[in-house]
Amino acid sequence: MREVAILGIGQTVVDEHWEKSLREIGGEAAFAALQDAGLQQVDALYVGNMLSPIVNGQNQLGTFFSDWIGLWGQEAVKLEAACGSGAAAFRSGLMAVASGEVESALVVGVEKMSDKAGHDVTAALATAADADYEVEQGVSFVGLNALVMRRYMHEYGWNHADFGPFPINAHANAMHNPYARLHEKVTPERFEKASMVATPISLLDASPTGDGAAAAILVPAEKVAHLPNRPRVKVAGSASATDTIAIHSRRDPLFLQAAYSSAKRAYEMAGVAPEDIDVFEIHDAFSIMAVLSLEACGFAERGQGVRLGLDNEIGPTGRIPVCTRGGLKARGHPVGATGMYQIVEVAQQLRGECGPTQVADAKIGMAQNIGGSGATILTHILKAG
Amino acid sequence: MEIPRHWRLKQQRYGLVGEVCPHCDAKIFPPRDVCPNCGDEAKTLYTFSGKGEVFSYTTIYEAPSGFDSNAPYTVALVKLEEGPMITAQLTDLGEQPVEIGMPVEMVTRKMRNDGDERGLIVYGYKFRPAWNMPQG
Repeated sequence: MREVAILGIGQTVVDEHWEKSLREIGGEAAFAALQDAGLQQVDALYVGNMLSPIVNGQNQLGTFFSDWIGLWGQEAVKLEAACGSGAAAFRSGLMAVASGEVESALVVGVEKMSDKAGHDVTAALATAADADYEVEQGVSFVGLNALVMRRYMHEYGWNHADFGPFPINAHANAMHNPYARLHEKVTPERFEKASMVATPISLLDASPTGDGAAAAILVPAEKVAHLPNRPRVKVAGSASATDTIAIHSRRDPLFLQAAYSSAKRAYEMAGVAPEDIDVFEIHDAFSIMAVLSLEACGFAERGQGVRLGLDNEIGPTGRIPVCTRGGLKARGHPVGATGMYQIVEVAQQLRGECGPTQVADAKIGMAQNIGGSGATILTHILKAG
Repeated sequence: MEIPRHWRLKQQRYGLVGEVCPHCDAKIFPPRDVCPNCGDEAKTLYTFSGKGEVFSYTTIYEAPSGFDSNAPYTVALVKLEEGPMITAQLTDLGEQPVEIGMPVEMVTRKMRNDGDERGLIVYGYKFRPAWNMPQG
């Protein structure tokens, strides 16, 4: 396998884009990435998306986008792993270039959610869970995460307010990201007063969905090495792991086994350890998921991930900066696109493009994308230079 | 409407029929082809008692379509006394506050209408506070 570099990145603002279609949103990010890379054509296209058959009535997104972007005739395919679809597509693009099968790949994560009403989107999101034995009980996707959060608070003795630093950090960082969905500060008082979606998860524990797309161009690293004035970001580690589809089937519902496994393999591949990671874009779909992800990846002991927030370790100058562009909580969570936003944001950190939330001297960054309630987890490690 | 799917799940929905592994005796719900305990083939049917306790719970205020008219309602992870965990709604709670560890038992209740108000009525398992719960 040969080393692979990210030659270009692109993204759209996460929002309710009433005036733009699925095509236009995905195209916008793809064209931005192609322009950033200085390319007009690539050998293959990988699309990450979760909901288009349900919400947009459109399938076959590989060809749908190769046609729109002008990659007529090229190989194109969609990857789906619920909210982990973006990173799943990225890993496929990575494998294609690393193996020598293609010389360049465009990866686009895209989601257009505002074409359906809220409760229909809630039902569509629940398709990530077990249809026969979870969804049929009326549990929403938020509800599944709420079951995990309640038990975590019970076992480790944390209060709801203790989770506040995670959304507060995410919102503070998003103030400086023009692509973020939300630009509003959250205070501890506001966090405590937020209305409940599924107890104990409130509106300020849960990430807002939205329309958005993010894209990257992958090429062999040796091709980038000689280009002048070109930011160099290499993919140093990539791994994917799975757990049971339903939370009730897990031996330990409070441990993200697939996060642990995929992070471990990605660390080994990149030759790094948790203490080497300068910036970590976590999958904070809910504040409990941020905490469990940090624990499984080796940044905190079991039951102690909450403390990283309380001890101010997660801000851009902390020990392990997370959600530096707003995270899912404030940049927004256009589900199948999210994994690619994370990759783009880590690349921005390694390129030094993050303004007030730039992590000083960031050289190694990690992105972790989660499909379902911990069912599919992909971890990627990027390196500058 | 998904009539074949509802019909196919009738043993599980109405009778809490899962499996017992013939190799390691682990009790399994929902039924699956491979025993999660020993990895061997598991296809022997086993009927659960329907008794268990609340492992975790949540009250859902924003419901998925199909369940809107029931909100708010409470969903729990119930640890069955035979071992497995099950996701199910709690019912017949009255004024009683839900607590982790609370003993519960299975009952059959209406889940929702599949389709519009004239659609198939889907029945299934929910759990209510156990009658033999210690008083005071």
